[in-house]
Amino acid sequence: MHHDHHNHHHDGMSPSGHPYRPDSDTSLSYWQTMEIAIRELLIAKGVTTPSEIAAQIDAMDSRSPANGAAVVARAWTDPDFAERLAQDAGAAATEMGFDIGPMKLIAVMNTPQVHNVVVCTLCSCYPRNLLGLPPDWYKSRAYRSRTVREPRKVLAEFGVTLPDDMQVRVHDSTADMRYIVIPDRPAGTENLSEADLAALVTRDSMIGTGLPRTPAA
Amino acid sequence: MGGDAAGPVPTDQHDFALWEKRVDALMVLCSTKGHFTVDGLRRVLEDMPEEAFETMTYYERWIASVNQNLIEAGIYTTAELAERMEQVTARGTTYGDATGG
Amino acid sequence: MAEWASGMTVRVKTYAPPGHVRTPTYLRGKTGTIERVLGPFPNPEALAYGVPAPALPLLRVHFPMSEVWGADTENPDDTLEAEIYAHWLEKADD
Repeated sequence: MHHDHHNHHHDGMSPSGHPYRPDSDTSLSYWQTMEIAIRELLIAKGVTTPSEIAAQIDAMDSRSPANGAAVVARAWTDPDFAERLAQDAGAAATEMGFDIGPMKLIAVMNTPQVHNVVVCTLCSCYPRNLLGLPPDWYKSRAYRSRTVREPRKVLAEFGVTLPDDMQVRVHDSTADMRYIVIPDRPAGTENLSEADLAALVTRDSMIGTGLPRTPAA
Repeated sequence: MGGDAAGPVPTDQHDFALWEKRVDALMVLCSTKGHFTVDGLRRVLEDMPEEAFETMTYYERWIASVNQNLIEAGIYTTAELAERMEQVTARGTTYGDATGG
Repeated sequence: MAEWASGMTVRVKTYAPPGHVRTPTYLRGKTGTIERVLGPFPNPEALAYGVPAPALPLLRVHFPMSEVWGADTENPDDTLEAEIYAHWLEKADD
């Protein structure tokens, strides 16, 4: 969890280092007008304050896949932790100091025989507190409708082609639980530190649409 | 939704605009404070007509849903919202100008 | 309510009510196995309308893909798991 930018809002740069969409200069839309009006009404009525809103934006910005990657790296290096993660992922993540709030978490483990992939067909439920905001594709109708029916074809579009003798398990997060995929530990990583292992874990590998990186030769 | 035919999964990703992050923040804060539930948010989204998916972006649909839920919760009235939106629009034609107030 | 247990065979009801429901259409009428018992949690179908929401058991149900998609199944050994609230399930004898 590193902060590249200290002034998220003042210099106009988003934490990924790209400029925010230049909405400051483009024509104000109806929905942007509504957002401003609602925010001001909520402040005027004492429901919230400008600093509380800014703090919430900062808190969400600080949640990135690095949190999930740290959980994965711990699971790879500590079999007892991995077992606790499988039994009660929420408690295990909290052990590591992550504020998962009211989130109820289930960790699903990839193995050489099983590949897990997560989708929310009904909306876009996502373990935000461990992975940050969901990517646009996760929220798309195409991902949500096709992954439950043809997961292998969808995965192939993401560059993940699985052999027929592997089983694909799709998890539709229809209710209160949120899911994180624990990828299978890549070969040749026996001597890596936990931090180096975490660096191999991509966001997509924790959703199931990707695989972890392999260490450079 | 699940199982419906659809084209390729779109891969373009936009960086979140500040106004979108504010939508997200208001959603989290107001639901945490108990003014509505995520279930109410989802229900309003689901009740939107089919074309909302075509004509509105994700965060546009979300602010519309946050709004509906706040009105149902009695936090403000449609008249109050209309009056404030008019004031906002009068400040200028860009988001930057309109946020100035 | 100890009436639900892991390993039980259940079928998803084929209700088709209007409004907010958390049981996807593609699973209605399908038969699966309870993978684990969760909850109780307040019924989201009531929470969505701001009315009192009774707490209900939530079941993680495991379906073979072939059960869900029949002849259209991409790979019959693959599986699908979803969380279904108890009032949407009935016990099915094998």
